[in-house]
Amino acid sequence: MQKINEISILSGKGGTGKTSLAAALATLLKNTVVADCDVDAANLYLILEPEDYRTEKYISGHKAVINYDICTQCGLCKDYCRFHAIERLPDPDYPEGKITIVETSCDGCWLCSRICPVKAIDMVPSDKSYWYTGNYRYGKMVRARLAPGEENSGKLVSVVREQARQTAEACGAKNIIIDGPPGTGCAAIASLTGADKVVVVTEPTGTGLHDMKRILDLAGRFRIKRYVVVNKSDLNAEMTDRIRKWCEQEGIPVIGYLPFDPEMVHAMVACKSITEWTPESEISTVTKRIFSLLAQE
Amino acid sequence: MKIAIASGKGGTGKTFVSTNLFAVAEKEALNVTLVDCDAEEPNVTEFIDGKTISTEIINQHLPVIDKEACVYCGKCRDWCNYNAIICLPEKKQIYLIEDLCHDCGACLAACQYNAITEIEKRLGTVTVKEYSNKARIVEARSDIGVYSPVSVIKAALDKVQDTDLILMDSPPGISCPFIATVVPADFIVLVTEPTPFGLNDLKLSVETLEQLEKPFGVVVNRTGLGDERVYDWLEEKQIPLLMKIPFDKNIARIYSQSRLLVREDPSYATRFLDLLNTIEGLCKK
Repeated sequence: MQKINEISILSGKGGTGKTSLAAALATLLKNTVVADCDVDAANLYLILEPEDYRTEKYISGHKAVINYDICTQCGLCKDYCRFHAIERLPDPDYPEGKITIVETSCDGCWLCSRICPVKAIDMVPSDKSYWYTGNYRYGKMVRARLAPGEENSGKLVSVVREQARQTAEACGAKNIIIDGPPGTGCAAIASLTGADKVVVVTEPTGTGLHDMKRILDLAGRFRIKRYVVVNKSDLNAEMTDRIRKWCEQEGIPVIGYLPFDPEMVHAMVACKSITEWTPESEISTVTKRIFSLLAQE
Repeated sequence: MKIAIASGKGGTGKTFVSTNLFAVAEKEALNVTLVDCDAEEPNVTEFIDGKTISTEIINQHLPVIDKEACVYCGKCRDWCNYNAIICLPEKKQIYLIEDLCHDCGACLAACQYNAITEIEKRLGTVTVKEYSNKARIVEARSDIGVYSPVSVIKAALDKVQDTDLILMDSPPGISCPFIATVVPADFIVLVTEPTPFGLNDLKLSVETLEQLEKPFGVVVNRTGLGDERVYDWLEEKQIPLLMKIPFDKNIARIYSQSRLLVREDPSYATRFLDLLNTIEGLCKK
């Protein structure tokens, strides 16, 4: 059996056009599987409008909760907590301050609950995150929603990736398009490990170039085949040229220069990919060429 | 006053807004510090740089297991909630997966045989720069390949001395790096763009800030490029619309060359100063 081709779209800097490119690649070939790995701020579903046939709860972690009927206020938990998530806060009933969990700082490591001499700390699961599998007009889509403030540890991204693989195997899809998150941390790492190709979408700005170098550096450490797409390339010709020269020096192919085109936004407003919206435009022509270089038919 | 500049969606103009706010505050001779909390992709110094005063390396602890003292009881593995310790008693093997370690200290507390000590592992840097005698930049920068930027962000925020105005350029998203940045803030400026993606992510950010009970307002960037739905939504939710910045190729060009709009166009210097005053007014409410 032919190996499934996993194409991961990343950028480092946000807002360079990852999702718009992913939407286009996802609507050029039937029987594609799409994995939206930007679980923190997922947007691709707005364009692909999947009909979900499966919804699963995801336990992202646990948060410590003190049972004040049992707690003796000894403060041992405060001494052990390395996340500064336990403090003595002023309280009229507690002259020395009341031992309190600062929920936004709690990492869910369980240590306080384990060392509490009177077992006054419970760990409550954070179960407000979900992942979904659905059908969209060109294939299947796996996506997720991380509850606000949860740790984006990459674990939910890995769940989405694994579900996408299983879905692709079940339906015989040859390509998985991965719409990645911004940044270079855990979620970005989880979005590129095991991928066959990584496409870094950048823009000709100082920050676009800076962030592109960091994400390419990261991808290089995983020995994944790297490609660059320069979006809005005509907005600053000099910077585009700098990106081109830098990539040439590094031996990283630039496989497309997309022009700035307000139709990109109009397509988004109409819930269409750019190749569906203006199939004959220059931007669509370049996008189709990018697709032919990356996807397997 | 501590103001965080944030957005769910990346690339809406957080750094653009925070650097321009910094420039007008500095010109007003305020004591101002801009903290670049987007440690995974720090960009502030592309726009404003200064003389480096200090660079501190930020480390985390990593456990080291002494194989002579270890009895392979597996308690440290059981207490590690991040699955960072693999223990195979029958083979007398135990090892650590460094990238999974969160530096919580549970393994150290678990071990009854004094078999665990700790060493330090580098996560990134915090650099303090002096722009002028009243204006500073503090940059959090994660090393590439480091999983979570939160420790470096917190270390950067700890470095900030109390001053008239502290601006914090937040990482995108609504997960822990964002939370670490907005929790110390008195007010949050959410930057969005009038597109379906922008609105969708704005709603996520608002939901999060409402849970945290933080005051906030919205700057809509690149107006005229998308649709009108964001304005209807803001009105319906009664969220203050702080400023509208039109889509303009000239602004895009200035940004792309890592220059500051308020220095090129005096009318924007006035508008960003107005924004600062509006925020101050809302904070005092």
